[in-house]
Amino acid sequence: MAGSKEIRTKIKSVENTRKITRAMEMVAAAKMRRAQERMRAARPYADKIRAVAAHLSHANAEYKHAFLVKRETIKKVGVIVITSDKGLCGGLNSNLLRLVVGQMKTWDSEGKGIAVCAIGNKGLGFMNRLGADVKSNLTGLGDAPHLASLIGAVKVMLDAYVAGEIDAIHIGYNHFVNTMKQEPCIEQLLPLSGEQLGAAQGNWDYIYEPDAKVVIDELLLRYVESLVYQGVVENMASEQSSRMVAMKAASDNAKSVIADLKLVYNKARQAAITREISEICSGAAAVG
Amino acid sequence: MAMTVHVDVVSAEELIFSGLAEVVVVPGEMGELGIYPRHAPLLTRIKSGSVRIKRPDIAEEELIYVSGGVLEVQPNVVTILSDTAIRGKDLDEARALEAKQAAEEAMKNRTSDLDYAQAQSELLEAVAQLRAISQIRKSAGH
Repeated sequence: MAGSKEIRTKIKSVENTRKITRAMEMVAAAKMRRAQERMRAARPYADKIRAVAAHLSHANAEYKHAFLVKRETIKKVGVIVITSDKGLCGGLNSNLLRLVVGQMKTWDSEGKGIAVCAIGNKGLGFMNRLGADVKSNLTGLGDAPHLASLIGAVKVMLDAYVAGEIDAIHIGYNHFVNTMKQEPCIEQLLPLSGEQLGAAQGNWDYIYEPDAKVVIDELLLRYVESLVYQGVVENMASEQSSRMVAMKAASDNAKSVIADLKLVYNKARQAAITREISEICSGAAAVG
Repeated sequence: MAMTVHVDVVSAEELIFSGLAEVVVVPGEMGELGIYPRHAPLLTRIKSGSVRIKRPDIAEEELIYVSGGVLEVQPNVVTILSDTAIRGKDLDEARALEAKQAAEEAMKNRTSDLDYAQAQSELLEAVAQLRAISQIRKSAGH
């Protein structure tokens, strides 16, 4: 039987694929746990700095930082797109990019220009193919992203904002809901809105040292960076859990394919045996 | 018991210290600051150096190295937002430049990226073909 050998090799190859997807699933599960811990570890800083920034936005009237001032006409919009570096993580990146492109189309139809900061390989490749104006990018973050590596890419956008080249900055990333659910979302980063920061408690002002401007500049820069960092770690946790789920599905699929192929193989084998027996019988009958 | 103030030392990547203290000594930009409970609200930058925290239960001071950041003082809470990265205007500038160059380079190499995408789509097509063939074969075998 010619087909049986072919089917056997096919089963073998599917089994090998399954081994790989199983391994990737387990690696992703381990990485996901660490990514989630990292996400939790970043929370205290984000909470603290948000509280301080909230107070600042209400307290100091004599100096308003550019990040807090809402511009009347928006000519150009900046968008920071956070994607994963690697693929094989289900529809994670494509869902996000679809959302971002939809938003970009809306801006485009409103006559607003668009500048992009791409964090992650997938987003960068996509934006380049799209022909978007990529101002800065950052790839190869690895499993443990550091704030230090984000500063440069974000600063390009912030500088453009302060210089008045862009009038608003949005950030797109995958919001981690739980292991099974990740939601792509776009949020406004700049100008910082009051309700986003929450109301301040009390009605007092700080003593600023050396002066208000220097301290507020520094603080708001860190606040924005921490928001971006938060997006990156959240996206990373989403990536790992999405990959885990995708690889689990792939392993299960491989299993069912193997079961199907085994059935076909056994049928072919039985057919061959039956044919052989009938050939022998008919041969014996002819002789006898 | 001595009066205490709640102290949080946090960096963007982790919570470094959280607890009560009798006094905190911080390397402020304008000089070293010793913060006792019920200090007036204060916001300042801090230099790189060590933060010393005197805890009420332990005789020795807790030493934490910070590479800069922001100090926020409220009468009963002290928050130190520590930088994990070593910051500086020039350094930040250099990082920004790097990110910009990376973007320009990626633009130049767009063709190669396209090739990669093309290869990927071809691969997907080939896989789909294989799947179709195997299905045909399966139905023929039955």
